[in-house]
Amino acid sequence: MTMERKSKKTGLIFFPAFDWAISPTHPEREERLLYTQDQVFEEGLLDFDNIVEYKPGLAAKEDIDRTHICVPDAASVTTDSHLIAAGGTIRAAQAVLEGKVDNAFALVRPPGHHAMKVVHGARGFCNVNMEAVMIDYIRRHYGPKRIAVIDTDCHHGDGTQDIFWHDPHTLCISIHQDGRTLYPGTGFHQEMGGPNALGTTINIPLPPGTSDEGFFHTLDHAILPILEEFKPDLVINSAGQDNHYTDPITNMRFTAQGYARLNEKLAPDIAVLEGGYSIEKALPYVNVGIILAMAGIDYSHVREPDYDAATLKQTGDITRFVEKSAEMAYQVWKERKNFRERIVGHNRSMTRRKHVYYDTDGISEEQEETVRICDDCGGMVTIDSQADTGRRIFAVIVPYLACPRCRQAGEEAYDKADNRRYAGVYFQDKDRDLFRVK
Amino acid sequence: MIIGIDVGGTHTDAVLIRDGRLSKKIKLLTRQDHLMASLLDAADYLLEGEDLSRIERLAISTTLSTNAIVERKIDRVGMVISSGPGLSPGQLPKFQDTYYVSGYMNHRGIEVTPLKERELDDILEDFRKKGIRHAGVAGKFSCRNPQQEIRIGNGLKGATDHVSLGHRLSGQLNFPRRMATAYLNAAIWSRHRQFVREVENFMAEKRITAPCYILKADGGTIELPQSVDTPAQTILSGPAASIMGTLPFVEPGQDAVILDIGGTTTDIAVLADGVPLLEPLGVTLGGYKTLIRGLRTRSIGIGGDSTVKIVQGRIVIGPERTGPAVAFGGPAPTPTDAMVASGRLPLGDRKASEQAMQPLAEQMKRSLPETAEAIFSLTCDLIAQAVTEVMEDINSQPVYTIHELLEGKTVVPKALYAVGGPAEVMAAPLGKRLGWSSHVPGNAEVANAIGVALSRTTAEVALLADTERGILTFAEEGLQIPVSKRFSREEAIGLAREKLLEKARRLGASENDMDMEITEDLVFPMVRDFYATGKNIRIKVQIKPGLASYLKSGE
Repeated sequence: MTMERKSKKTGLIFFPAFDWAISPTHPEREERLLYTQDQVFEEGLLDFDNIVEYKPGLAAKEDIDRTHICVPDAASVTTDSHLIAAGGTIRAAQAVLEGKVDNAFALVRPPGHHAMKVVHGARGFCNVNMEAVMIDYIRRHYGPKRIAVIDTDCHHGDGTQDIFWHDPHTLCISIHQDGRTLYPGTGFHQEMGGPNALGTTINIPLPPGTSDEGFFHTLDHAILPILEEFKPDLVINSAGQDNHYTDPITNMRFTAQGYARLNEKLAPDIAVLEGGYSIEKALPYVNVGIILAMAGIDYSHVREPDYDAATLKQTGDITRFVEKSAEMAYQVWKERKNFRERIVGHNRSMTRRKHVYYDTDGISEEQEETVRICDDCGGMVTIDSQADTGRRIFAVIVPYLACPRCRQAGEEAYDKADNRRYAGVYFQDKDRDLFRVK
Repeated sequence: MIIGIDVGGTHTDAVLIRDGRLSKKIKLLTRQDHLMASLLDAADYLLEGEDLSRIERLAISTTLSTNAIVERKIDRVGMVISSGPGLSPGQLPKFQDTYYVSGYMNHRGIEVTPLKERELDDILEDFRKKGIRHAGVAGKFSCRNPQQEIRIGNGLKGATDHVSLGHRLSGQLNFPRRMATAYLNAAIWSRHRQFVREVENFMAEKRITAPCYILKADGGTIELPQSVDTPAQTILSGPAASIMGTLPFVEPGQDAVILDIGGTTTDIAVLADGVPLLEPLGVTLGGYKTLIRGLRTRSIGIGGDSTVKIVQGRIVIGPERTGPAVAFGGPAPTPTDAMVASGRLPLGDRKASEQAMQPLAEQMKRSLPETAEAIFSLTCDLIAQAVTEVMEDINSQPVYTIHELLEGKTVVPKALYAVGGPAEVMAAPLGKRLGWSSHVPGNAEVANAIGVALSRTTAEVALLADTERGILTFAEEGLQIPVSKRFSREEAIGLAREKLLEKARRLGASENDMDMEITEDLVFPMVRDFYATGKNIRIKVQIKPGLASYLKSGE
């Protein structure tokens, strides 16, 4: 059956970085998007009048510093490939926000959604967070925006969650394979955002073996209703492709048809490629499906060569688990205002301690993050971070749409910080686009 | 001596080049009803009194196939398509007689579903019923593995006059374009073959034994008999002739823009390091996007004869043309009239141009000279703006490696070469707007014929080696050969060059004129389950478009 669809103008930023790999046999290698390119070219997608390809630019150092605290600095933790992937994502945003296209898909690599606020190195193949860099860029250049990031990668989008943990203006919803069964081991319902932004982080863990049916249940019963109420100006799909039934490092049963339909229903303004390492059997078909769905072109004939509906059905146990998970996620959202008193009480600030392991680079970090309790904004944040590289840093972050008191508190904290105790003291003020190091 | 003849839509140009010098030239009106007669008239004029045994080569370009497609005077073609999953049939090019068959290849050229030979019987039955004698075959990823297309072709051969196989026409990926290319090739095949026979008869009659070449859309030539089964290559050779005909007057090795300012349109072409740029995938004709290699041109709807109007106090130029300029008896004012009325162009009936300008001046509430100047100025502005856009387009073309993104060549022209009616008048103002030097090549009225006469033979070869599967494919040759696991990039380049030389010789290239270039050079280590299992090597080599011999200055 062919559905009537509205044709949309879709921007495509395709940058496969055919000359870059993390290491020769790493999944994040030259070959990753080769067969995707073959399929996209062979289908002639770039000949459609409503699909326009854009060449990525390079993200500037300021674009990285607006989002991350890179240790010791942005140049040391990024390579050209990261700057191009971030630059390509920014290009997608520009095309959409300048009205040149209705939506855009940044098909770039490497991924970024495991990169957190503080970056000592690479974790989960990620150094910088493409979506976060893009969101800060959008707000800097196109004014205030309520933004929702839907992370549909099979791994918990823990980096994006970390970066927007205290930001009530950015809704982060991650659906992923249950953290008890997959890297990075987080992303449970009770992770619901910082004290000033409770409920704008939503996690929906799904059991291994979840199929199309389970994803659509989650979409219909949690994600879409929450989006409806959050009323974002922009919806971003952090679009990993590793829920696919052929992915070598995960255990889900999502299909190319499923991915296409998900993007049709979610209707993201911008999609950004994250993971997905079934480079021959999944990515070519999934990407063609997503591009067609975003452009409003019939995708009903997109199918994997070995697709077999019968073997991809989910069991009844899985269905019940998924239904419960979606229900709990929606409850977190519904009850978000009631949590505040219980969690915050009379505290004037709250601290969380984190251990972060950078698996790609083999670095361990201990972090203490303190946020000022604030009724008027996301709250000023200070971070004391010590990595086993020997580097200890202190960072002050004045949040997006900061209130005057949080800004003042941030300036005082920066002035007061003793830089003899740290390898670097960093100050980041989103609204004024300031980045200082002492 | 070399004979070059271009049978264009309006004019037929012909030149005789002797010892590198332009010796004879002629420009005739093309006889629309009989293109062959125009060609023969021009040839007869040039060869009058010549020793025909001294002819080194004869080269022709004709708009025959192009016209046939545009005017739909083409054969009915049965298109047999194996598409596999992907775009739905509703999104693919549509033809009157389309037959979808089972079977498809995946992106690596692995057969996922086999053909069902039985389906071909039904198709042939339908061909018989409808009287279809020409067929096109296109399979998804057939350039990765042509076997299914070849088998379909063999199945259809006996019952048809001709079968065009997609993989033979291009090694590029793009299934919808492959369909269109196979279709057009089959649709013009009989007409082109007839043309080739007539030229051969003419040569036999005159006892000309020199080889005869035909110009392709990519500005290269091939020997006429070699074009019989791939006539699609010869469509849109007119714009290529004009660009190639300007090359002898361009300083070699530079980035430059060639403008052909015609009556209805202005065509923009770009040279990078002195070599004309090709369309990334192929030319577009009659609404069909194809994989036919062609020179990259952008046509804008502004020319010397574009109709000029005043709409809400503003000058609007083109895109329609109602006839020639009023100065030459036309019905409505044009940019040419603005040039004549202002005295820039000392041709035609100046009084008539002035009279035609007068109402425009009144609408503009400005003097006649001011109005003429404003129209001329706007014409130049619009063309210069289009040139700037073309350059932006070219330099923002996507690339897929970090190396190319950071170090890739940008094309930065410093010179403009203008041909066509108003070129003399417009070149300098256009050059000034762009900040480039401006030039008007000599013998512009027969530039097309010069281009045809001097262009070298071009050819290209695409190699794909998949050492994990142990298979090497030369798509357009329909050739697959086994390779070892150790097969290297260097060997691949060597083999591709060898194949290219062989192909170029077959197409008629001369030994000392093979300017080869590698246009794609990619090697991907293939890894499965964390182990290196082989390499995916992609090499494309070509003989670039260029001149086989140069023209000495002076007559």
